Amino acid sequence: MSADPTQVLAFETDCHIFSGCGFPAPGLHSFLFKPLWGDGDSNLYFNKTMLLALLGSIIIVGFFWAAFRKPKVVPGKLQMVAETGYDFIRRGVVYETIGKREGEKYVPLVVSLFFFVWMMNLWSIIPVAQFPVTAIISYPLVLAVIVYVLWISLTFKRHGFVGFFKNVTGYDKSLGAVLPLAMTIEFFSNLLVRPFTHAVRLFANMFAGHTLLLLFTIASWYLLNGIGIAYAGVSFIMTIVMTAFELFIQALQAYVFVLLTCTYIQGALAEHH
Amino acid sequence: MSQMLILAAEQENPLIPPIPELVIGLLAFVIVFGFLAKKLLPNINKVLEERREAIEGGIEKAEAAQTEAQSVLEQYKAQLAEARHEAARLRQEAQEQGAALIAEMRAEGQRQREEIVAAGHTQIEADRKAAASALRQDVGKLATDLAGKLVGESLEDHARQSRVIDRFLDELEEKAEAAR
Repeated sequence: MSADPTQVLAFETDCHIFSGCGFPAPGLHSFLFKPLWGDGDSNLYFNKTMLLALLGSIIIVGFFWAAFRKPKVVPGKLQMVAETGYDFIRRGVVYETIGKREGEKYVPLVVSLFFFVWMMNLWSIIPVAQFPVTAIISYPLVLAVIVYVLWISLTFKRHGFVGFFKNVTGYDKSLGAVLPLAMTIEFFSNLLVRPFTHAVRLFANMFAGHTLLLLFTIASWYLLNGIGIAYAGVSFIMTIVMTAFELFIQALQAYVFVLLTCTYIQGALAEHH
Repeated sequence: MSQMLILAAEQENPLIPPIPELVIGLLAFVIVFGFLAKKLLPNINKVLEERREAIEGGIEKAEAAQTEAQSVLEQYKAQLAEARHEAARLRQEAQEQGAALIAEMRAEGQRQREEIVAAGHTQIEADRKAAASALRQDVGKLATDLAGKLVGESLEDHARQSRVIDRFLDELEEKAEAAR
């Protein structure tokens, strides 16, 4: 094993089974990148995930710019595709959870969140990039914090201080003796754990997905020697299958992320009972 | 395998967010949100609203056309019904008039017939009376003349006074009456 800091691929190209080379299993190191610019030890650097994040933003904006810059009443193909996506989130997620009247205000946020998360997830299977940006906790966390701050401020605005407390703790007199326990649990679950779970749900899914893809991809290459070739074929098929599966998971996780966002907003706006 | 990265990985906890990535993540999202929320989504919302209005306008137009067609159809039907009714009324009237006319003419004919018959009767009666009186005179005169010739003297004045002839004739009539 060489200690080459300029290595680009996730594994060494000359490492195969039966050649005295151990299986270069994917691990936490697969999620660390050498800075493309700057110093990794300081907080002033620019790496692959940042590049992908910004590039992803540009792609989303570019796509919607092309589709919605000069929209027509009778849409073209691109506008139709973009409209379908927009309408899916607007009607299928926002209107369904928050309702049309109150939800309209949050449509831009939720639509942005969905396509942002989806694009960041999609990087996982886009050739050359092949890394889900959301598998770095910082990206999901930023989004979860934005939603969290919005949720807190909305709850305060809607219910006032006491109302906020009741809303957060799920205050309900009918619970009787269990009330203190229920309130404690709700308080922790809503106020402290929620942003964490919201971010980690997305992060962990993409992290695991990327690890699985890496595992089969590396194995396909690693086994490509002698009798191992037969197993390499199986591993390669698994890579294809898992790529398709990831494609589904990426969209699903983006959907789940915005659905939870809408549920939180709805909870903040709802009158507590 | 990069030794450095592996060493780094041992120290790094994947759940501890690196700060620069947080900043770039926020920036990347703000770019997307800014463009979508401020420009692109309002754009498409406007167009979607226009489209909705266009579709609703079309529907409204179609509805108006349908309503008009319906009203015209109803008007037409009403006119048709009225015309039928009128025709029926006219036919009825004509029938009634015809019947009245026929009855009138029949009555007139009857009247004229009766008039003619009555006139005929009157005429016949008058003629008969005239004939009878003429006959009576003639028969009386002839009989007297005949009797005078037979007797040889004029019985005219006497006969007239004695009323013989009348009595004779009456008897004759009675006989005729009895023979009948």
